[in-house]
This record gives sequence, C-alpha cells and structure tokens, in this order.
Amino acid sequence: MSAYVTTIATMITIQAIAVCGLNVIVGYAGQISLGHAAFFGIGAYAAALLATKAGLSFWMGLPLVICISGLIGLLLGLPSIRVREDFLAITTIGINFIVEALFRYVPFFGGALGIGGIPRIVLFGIRMKGEAFLLLSAGFLAICMMLSWWLTRSWASLACYAIREDESAASTLGISPVRFKLFAFVIGTAMAGLAGSLYAHYMQFISAGDFSFPVSVGFLSMLVLGGMGTLWGPLIGTIILGILPEAFRSLVDYRIFLYTLLLLLMIRFQPGGLLGEGSAARRVLAPLLRGGRR
Amino acid sequence: MLLEVRDLHISYGDIQAVCGVGFHLEEGELVSIIGANGAGKTSILQSIMGIVSTKKGSVIFKGREISGLASHERARIGIRMVPERSRVFPRLTVYENLLAGAYGLRKKIDVEKRTEWLYSVFPVLKERSSQLGHTLSGGEQQQLAIARALISEPELLLVDEVSMGLMPKLVDEVFEVLRQLNKEQGLSILLVEQNVVASLAISTRGYVLETGTCAIQGDAAELADNPRVKEVYLGH
Repeated sequence: MSAYVTTIATMITIQAIAVCGLNVIVGYAGQISLGHAAFFGIGAYAAALLATKAGLSFWMGLPLVICISGLIGLLLGLPSIRVREDFLAITTIGINFIVEALFRYVPFFGGALGIGGIPRIVLFGIRMKGEAFLLLSAGFLAICMMLSWWLTRSWASLACYAIREDESAASTLGISPVRFKLFAFVIGTAMAGLAGSLYAHYMQFISAGDFSFPVSVGFLSMLVLGGMGTLWGPLIGTIILGILPEAFRSLVDYRIFLYTLLLLLMIRFQPGGLLGEGSAARRVLAPLLRGGRR
Repeated sequence: MLLEVRDLHISYGDIQAVCGVGFHLEEGELVSIIGANGAGKTSILQSIMGIVSTKKGSVIFKGREISGLASHERARIGIRMVPERSRVFPRLTVYENLLAGAYGLRKKIDVEKRTEWLYSVFPVLKERSSQLGHTLSGGEQQQLAIARALISEPELLLVDEVSMGLMPKLVDEVFEVLRQLNKEQGLSILLVEQNVVASLAISTRGYVLETGTCAIQGDAAELADNPRVKEVYLGH
C-alpha cells in the first residue's frame, strides 16, 4: 500500500471513530450536534499536552484523554439538554467556536502556533507509523463499532431510542431524558476524544484550525450520508467523504458548499442515509445490517 | 384514596387552562373526565403525569404529594399514561415499544410473561411484533400505546382521548378492553374523553369540565341522565 493511500485510510479510520461517537449522540439519542469537532479537538489537545508537557506515553495518557473528553462532554452537555432541535444545533455550534477560540488564543494551548513535537505511539517497542498506525487505528475503530453494536442491544440504547422518537412519551414510561441524553453525550464525546488522541499522535502537530466548525459539518455530513442510527453508516459515510475530496481535489475550495448540498440532497431524497430505514442499500444488505437496524 | 387532585390551576402564558379543579379516584375505580375541546381535560392529565407544570394546587398519589416529581419519577411509582393520538415510537418495532414501557422494571416484573399476557389481550400486536410502530393502523397504534403503558403493571392508568381518530367499531373494542382491565384486573383508570356515551358507559363516576372548571360531578349513570349533560354533550 502506498504511503498516500495509507495516510488517507488512516485519516478515514480516525474520523470514523469520531463519527461513531457522533452517531451515539445524534443517531441513537436524537440530539443534533454541530460541534463535535470541539470534542475531537479536546481529545487531541489533551493527548498532546499530556505527551509534551507531562511526558506521558499515548497508552498512559489515553484513559485520561477519554475521561477528560467524556467529562467535558458531560459538563457541556448539561446546558445543551435544556434546549432542543434548532436551538441545540446553535448551542453546539457555539461550543465549537468557543473551544476553537480557547485553543487559538490561550497560550497554554500553544496559541496560533499550535502544539508540535507530539511523539509517535510506541507499541511493543515499535514506533507506530504508516501501515502499523493504520492497523492500530482500525483496531480502535473496531472496538468503537463493537461498543456501538453492544449499545444497540442494551436497555440504555432502548431508552435513548425512545427519547429520540418522542421525549415526552418516553418520560411517561419512566425513562429520564436528562440521564440518557447525558449518557449519549459522554459516550459520544469520549469516542471523539479517542479519535482526537489518535489524530494528535499521528499528525505529531495540531493547531486550532484542525478542529473548527467546518470539521463538525464534515462529521455530520459523513453520518447523514452513511445513515444516522445505523451501525455501519458512520463508516460508510466516512469512507465516501474521505475519498471524494481526494478524487476531486480541484473542488477543495467548495468543500463546505458541497457538504451542504449533499446534506440537503440526502435530507430531501434519502433522509435515513445510505444505510438508513427504507434505503435501497438497506433492502439489499438487510441480513448483514441487523446490528444497528434502528 | 389512590389519587387526589386539589385546587389545580394550570396556565399557558396568560391563558388560564384549568382553574381550581379538584377530584379524586379510589383504588379500582374507573373515573371519566369529560368535556368539550379546550375544557382543560388533557392539561389535567398531563399535570398528573408531570408533563405540564401546575401554577397552583397539589396532586396526591397514595397519600404522597407528587407535584415536585418529574414525569419519569411519577411513572416509576406506578402512574402510566396512554397519550392522545397514541404517540408510539414510530421507528421502533412493536416489541421494542413494549420493552421501552418496561424500562427499569426488569427486577420487578417478568417482562416476557407480561408481554405474552399483553399479546393475549391484544392479539394483533403479536402478529405485528416485528413491525415498526409507524406501519401500524391508528387502532393498532392505540392498542400498542395501551399495552406499552400496561406492561409495567401500573397502579393508575391515565388515558387521554383514546377514541380520537378511531372508527366506531374500534372505539367499542378499545373501551371494552379498558372496561375488562378495570373490572377483571382491578386496574384504576382515569379516562379523559370527548366521547361521553362510551366513557360514561364503562365508568364508575365522572366529572364534567367546562372552560377549566369542574361544572358537574357524580355517578356515571347520574351524569348520563343529567339534563345539562344530555343537552350539551349528547344533543338531546
């Protein structure tokens, strides 16, 4: 595999982990989020700071990164659960801008210069890069997808689905909307934190612009394209939108425009996404997709 | 006394929907609240369930003031609601809708046994168990909403306009199920209805609401014979 293809594939697996997390928030619990890149960034900055300032290895820092991302997800999720739909989307956009601004303007986070010199991940004495890193990130993606699969079969996910479908009706059945919205936020943001940590150690340099609002739009586009609430949708959407920009490099300046157009087309013609309810692909692949049917 | 509502006031902004309504329900009773559109019936039910907040007044369930409890906490202590227009979860299967009703009660009830019993009460739900909620007909959705509320073995069932949008034959079937649940299972039911004839026919007692206040109350048979009820609601 050429270095170019390996790099693209690695970025796709890292982004797919973040989109899996977004799927828990948006697809399972029905909470629209347009600020997921903030949590991807929180994971990346936490990993970078733990590695460069505290001297922790990726493996030592990873549990802390996941906890920090999940905890901040919980804290930022608290105000978010008081608003719904359009207002929730605006709130999450605001969170993205605030977090990006903190990274950009607070010297502790490296300011406009970002953070460099992030060490590579070492596993069994091997410095992970190229195909080895791809395998590592694919392994983490597999774990996230297994966790998502397990979630689709748990009582917690049933509660999340019920809230997604009708919050008021769910609460009359003894399901606490606050508890399960926060549960989804914590799981989803922790996954974004994991993706951010992998990203920081892969790129070895990060700056605030890597986690800006357009990145959040990109994550949501991947999820909507693949199919919200499905198991394989986040991966399929990330693969397609990970490859397309490479295939159409000349259109790079129009990326946000194209993502927006794609979102509108999906909402109009295939609201459930490529693997969503009622899609042509779903009918053909139904036996393989039972894991995330809802 | 299972449920007592005292001096209930509910308002939406400047609009007063319910003004000082009070009533009670004994264990094993089926009580109807009837009235025209906008009388405040649904608001009362929603305030008992904790979906809308009350401006003043108290809701007492089994001797305990529950006005401060959230909706899901009221559900946990034995109050369940069949909402207006059923509101089943459209993208969950019939079985998953039922399971959602049993959320948090795995240790208290035998979910599978309870599901089988519900399938015997509503055989169509067994046939449709793997179908998505939104693919059911209106009558089937209404049955699913009742079953979803019943799976938790509630002590009090709040039923909001169960006949709305159903054809007369289905209305009769649904009311017969409610009557059987009350008579044979001893389930306490508070029924909010516009269909005065059907609801009073299966009720023990009733309250007639007019513009947010309780205008008439009494035994169901007495209410059915009340000249004002006959004139306003039955067109006699």
